[in-house]
This record gives sequence, structure tokens and C-alpha cells, in this order.
Amino acid sequence: MEKLMLLGDEALAQGALDAGISGFYAYPGTPSTEIVEYAQRSKQAAAGNVHSKWSSNEKTAMESAIGMSYAGKRAMVCMKHVGLNVAADPFMNSAFTGANGGLVVTVADDPSMHSSQNEQDSRLYGKFAMIPILEPSNQQECYDMAFWAFELSEKYRIPVMIRLTTRLSHSRSGVVRREPLPQNSMKKPEDIFQFMLLPAIARKKYKHLISLQPEFVQEAEASPFNEIKLDAKDTSLGIITTGLAYNYLRDVFGEKPVPYPVIKICQYPIPDKAIHQLYDKCDSVLVLEEGMPVVEEMIKGLAFSGTKPIKGRLDGTLDRDGELNPNKVARALGLPDTYGEDIPEIVAPRPPALCVGCPHADSFLALNEAIKEYGRGHVFSDIGCYTLGFMPPYNAINSCVDMGASITMAKGAADAGLYPAIAVIGDSTFTHSGMTGLMDCIYENTNVVIVILDNLTTGMTGGQEYTAFGKLEEVCKGLGVHPDHIRTFFPIKKNWDEMVQIYKEEIAYEGVSVIIPRRECVQTLKKKNMKLREKKA
Amino acid sequence: MKKDIILAGVGGQGILTIAAILGQAAIKRGWHLKQAEVHGMSQRGGDVQSHLRLSDQPIWSDLIPFGGADMILSVEPMEALRYLPYLGKEGWIIANRTPFENIAVYPDLEKIYGEITRQPNHVLIDADTIAKDVKANRAMNIVVLGAAIKHIGFSVEEISDAIRDIFNRKGEKVVEDNLRALQAGIEAK
Ligand SMILES: Cc1ncc(C[n+]2csc(CCOP(=O)(O)OP(=O)(O)O)c2C)c(N)n1
Ligand code: SF4
Repeated sequence: MEKLMLLGDEALAQGALDAGISGFYAYPGTPSTEIVEYAQRSKQAAAGNVHSKWSSNEKTAMESAIGMSYAGKRAMVCMKHVGLNVAADPFMNSAFTGANGGLVVTVADDPSMHSSQNEQDSRLYGKFAMIPILEPSNQQECYDMAFWAFELSEKYRIPVMIRLTTRLSHSRSGVVRREPLPQNSMKKPEDIFQFMLLPAIARKKYKHLISLQPEFVQEAEASPFNEIKLDAKDTSLGIITTGLAYNYLRDVFGEKPVPYPVIKICQYPIPDKAIHQLYDKCDSVLVLEEGMPVVEEMIKGLAFSGTKPIKGRLDGTLDRDGELNPNKVARALGLPDTYGEDIPEIVAPRPPALCVGCPHADSFLALNEAIKEYGRGHVFSDIGCYTLGFMPPYNAINSCVDMGASITMAKGAADAGLYPAIAVIGDSTFTHSGMTGLMDCIYENTNVVIVILDNLTTGMTGGQEYTAFGKLEEVCKGLGVHPDHIRTFFPIKKNWDEMVQIYKEEIAYEGVSVIIPRRECVQTLKKKNMKLREKKA
Repeated sequence: MKKDIILAGVGGQGILTIAAILGQAAIKRGWHLKQAEVHGMSQRGGDVQSHLRLSDQPIWSDLIPFGGADMILSVEPMEALRYLPYLGKEGWIIANRTPFENIAVYPDLEKIYGEITRQPNHVLIDADTIAKDVKANRAMNIVVLGAAIKHIGFSVEEISDAIRDIFNRKGEKVVEDNLRALQAGIEAK
């Protein structure tokens, strides 16, 4: 078959489609977004009626995927690493219910925080849930592992995690396809207890999950994706790589074979037996892994009371944080390192910024004007393009913690006596996890002003639809905000006086106010116009 | 044979299109390719880069090592310099002269040019003006590509074919504009 040039994300999506998936569920998040976007563009997905619409957030996505698995079909839920915090409750419990149709949880981590607020390692969640984890090292493995993950999931009736990292998610390479499989037909679970986690049943489920652990280890020992090569001559060092780190190891040796024994781990739990063999054989061990020192800690802490040095991120052989690259790996191996020239001093940083003409800019400048008498420190914000309102010249916001936190942090601060307490949240973020916080405010009639920046899209991740699109006023009214205190304006310089006035009036109102500045993101507008032009051409 | 190229610019300047064209040309040769892209936060007007690795041998790492790049191809002058740590000893630096000024204080341009021309192997062209001169205003990126291809070792025919493949669905006019831009880039001094 022909080779497709795919991002890691896209290869995984194509693999899932060819493996007979019936539904993708997801909320966007860098670097995972392109998985579902690929499915949304795919003719194959459309022809097979494969679900690929966005969910409200990662928790609703995870639960929908569990539901599809309940009905016997193959489902995948996709998210960025911090999305799994939001979906953690159904995720952890899905290890207890297990799967009926294949259930795959794909999580894309972002070491070095290219587009994230932390660099947590999802393998710890997989281990926490006691389920098998697959970590592809290249685009072809992304494709192949989709098949493998569904197979494993149905064999053991267990959810399987696929862990990606930024450099694989967003790197393109050739992928060879296989013969596609048909979708499963609908089939209710045979066991009526399977998805019932009443304590008495859950206790049995936990014992069952524990009993599966040795089998998961055996699967990893025999996995086609784990490569165990212990016959190299130089045993002064043994190397364990996970996922993508294997590539850097091979890269630094170029066309030469690696002179040391090597275990390449792409399927977890870690293959115990092989690791013991490597440890016994070699004088020291180096662990190369993308993300946190997960395997390194396991090996150091659990298996060995021995005295041989285990090198990696914990002993400083490699940086404790940040992603790997070929140079870091070369240095860890004591090989010569290369470097061009330093960046000349004259080069200035160019941090990301709101686009020229962005509606958020006008909303922020007017807000600054309306609250200048109170000084800085009154505006809680959230995650999205508008987080860039922190930067000069706006200096408009004072917090960014997790999606939805603007409203609830403003509430807590208002409860403590802060006035005014203002929340600034994007339309998509409000849909993701702002509504429940708003309910808390309404319940107590907390004195807050909630600004929902409606740019008609999920801007930060490239312009996706979201579930409450076009319904923000209705939602706020329905939740119980007084209609007189749901205000909208068109954020543009010309409307300066009106904008400032509305902010001031609602700050003066004692109770819950919602202000919705509404103007389309200039990037999605540009894209729409471009498509129109292309159509004409 | 291998070609490791750092593509540089500012979010929205079209470096991924350059990557797609070179990638397409490499595939037609039956070469291997890995191309690490930047998505997300930094696309909002920040500096962006793509690591493009082309080789007739299998490629392992998605990232080019520091000191390992055969070329920095930049559609913006200051951005070209940001990746000097990646440039190999014999490497080429191909850059557009026109700055993208979206920061409060953009450094002295003459000093930026000085740093570029200090490099033993450099090409510095006014791609924006050249694109306008051949009435292909939106194809500045392809002008820079044109200036680069002989140093990458691809023929005009190979790149022209790739441009046709990539832009075909956008209509004949877009294809023609880009082919003119390519030719102008090749001839640029
Ligand atoms: C739990 C979680 N899921 C997803 C993301 C990724 N993410 C960050 S901001 C954002 C969307 C922002 O959209 P919106 O609120 O409409 O603001 P805009 O970017 O359009 O200004 C997403 C999906 C995240 N940071 N955390
Ligand atoms: S992408 Fe849209 S919302 Fe984000 S900064 Fe640009 S214009 Fe504003």
C-alpha cells in the first residue's frame, strides 16, 4: 500500500479508523487536537458514520467513550495531559468496569510545556489505574498501536492507554496502512454487573484487576513493540529507553549499532524479567525517557536493592525537566556533542501575542479603563488566547490556573471580601467547565462580574466548534442569572464609551453579572474567507 | 545523502508550506522524511520553527541536533539568527530581508543583516519585494525557497512538480503565482 505522510496524531487516527473504530470523543488540547480533526476531515470516517464531534470537556468525552464501549463498539477518547485531570474520575473507574467494545484512552503529554501549564506524565495515571500503556516511538507505531490497543482492550476487557508526546504528535513521517477491519456491531455487555460499581461489586472488580497484572506484564515481555537486545559486547552500561527516546539513542550512533545492551520499552507495565537480566549483566544502567523519571524511579525504588549506578533524570545525568533531544542523549552517553553558534545578543525574544485586530484586545483595554481606580489584582482569568492579556500592553489579568478556575476563584475571592471580583473566561472554556462555577455563584448570589469573551470559536487550539455555541445568553439565563444583568457588546474601539459604561454598571451591581463581548476571532474569519475564495477559484 | 533543514519564521508566515513542498519533492525521490512542526500557543505571532529531515537512509530522531543542520531557511531576518545553535559548520543560511515587526522594539536591522552576512555561507534576499515584482504578493515564502533549492540539491523541475501537487486544489492561478515566485527566487541575487 502507498505511504501516507502523517503527523503522529494523524497516524493514530488513521490507525483507529482502519482498526474499526466507531467513535472518537474529545475536547481539543495541544498536542492532541489533530487526532480528532483528522477524523473530522476523513471521508472514510464519514462513510462509516464514525462519531467525531467535539465533546463539552474531557470528562464528558471519557464517559461517552465508556458508553460506546458498553454498547460493544470500539471507542477512543483523546485529550492533552491536563485533560486527564478533568477526566480522572471516569478514567480511574473505567479500569474497574473494564471494556466491552475496545476502549482506548489517548493522552498527549507536552514535556517542555510548549503549550501547557505543566508537564505531568500520563504514564503515572496509567500505572495508577493499573492498565496497559502503549507509548509509540514513531508515526508507524502510532498507526500500528491503534490496532494493538483495541485488540488488547478486547482481549482483557480493559481500557488501554496510548501515551503520545509533543514531538511525535506534531512530527510528520511516512506511514504504511493495513487492510481495514470492519466496525463491531452493537452488542450489550453479557455481564449485567460489568458497569455497576456498587461497593460490593467494585471490590470484586478490584480483585479481578489485580489478578490481571501478571498477564499484563507477560504481554509486555512478549510485545512486538518492546525490543530486548542484550547481546551487545560492551556491558559497562545497559540502556533502557521508553517511547521516542529510542530514536535519540539511535540518532547519536548514526549508522553504527548501539554498542551496549538496550531495552526499548513501548508497552507497559515494564518488562520485569528483561530489566533484571540487563541489570545483572551490566555495570550500570542509563534510563532515557521523555517526561518524568517514571521508569527510572520504578527501577531504583522497587526492583533492586543493588549498588550499581542507575543513571537518568534523578542523578543529574539528564536534566530533571524538559524534553529530550539528541544532544542531551549524546552528553549522557559521554559522546562528543555538537553546537553551532550562540544566538547573537541582538536577537530579541518574540513571545506569542494576541493577533492584530483580536476582539479580546478591545475587551481588555476597556476593562482596564473601567477598573483603573481599583488598581491591579481584581481579574481572575482562564486558559485560552485571552491568557495573553497578561502581557503588555494589556497587563489585564492576574491568574490562570486550570480551565474554569476564573469564575470559581473570583467567587472565593469575593467571599473573602475582594471587590470588584471579576472573572474573564473564553466562550469555549465557559462551556468546558465554567457553567458549574456560575451555578455556585448564583446559588449564593455572589458579587462577581463574569466576562465571557465570545469570539465564536475555540481560538487557542486553532478554531474548533464547541457545544454551547450560539447559546451563551440562554445558558446563563437558564442557570438563573437575572436577564437584566446579562449584557453584551461588540468589542471594537468605536464602542469604547459603551463598553466601559457596561463594565462599570455591572461592577456597581451587587450580585451575579455576566458580560458577553462578542466578535469573531480574526483567524477563523480569515480562514472562512480563504475557503470562500478557493471555492470561487 | 541527508539534508537537515531548520525552517524559521513567525506564526502565519507560511513555513509549513515550504516544508510540505520540500517533503513532497523528497517523497517523489523515494526518500525518507521526518518533519517536526510547531502547533499551538506559539502560532499566535510568536517565533515558529520546523525541523525538516530528508534522507535516502532511515531517519531516527524527529529533531535535528544542535550543530547538525545543513541549512537555516528563514522567511524573516531576525528569526534566521535565533537558530544559529543548530547550524552545522558548512551549513547555509538563507533569509528574507523584510522584518516582521510585531514586537515593541525591533532590533537594528543593519546589525541583524551584519550577523547574517558574517556567516560564510549565506543568501540574503528581499523576498517580499521580489514577490510583489512578479505579482505574487502572497508567495514570499516560495521566493525564499527558490533561493535555497540549489543549496539543498533539488532541481527546479522537482520543486515545480511539488508546487503543482501541493497547490493544485487551490486553482491554476495560485499554482502559476507560486511557480513565478519560485523562478524569481532562483534568479534572485
Ligand atoms: C483541561 C484542559 N483541556 C484543554 C486545554 C487546552 N486549551 C487551552 S485553552 C483552550 C480553549 C480556549 O478557547 P476559548 O475559551 O474559547 O478561548 P479563545 O482561545 O478562543 O480565546 C483549550 C482547548 C487545557 N489547557 N486544559
Ligand atoms: S486566534 Fe483569534 S482569539 Fe486568538 S489571538 Fe488571534 S484573533 Fe484573538
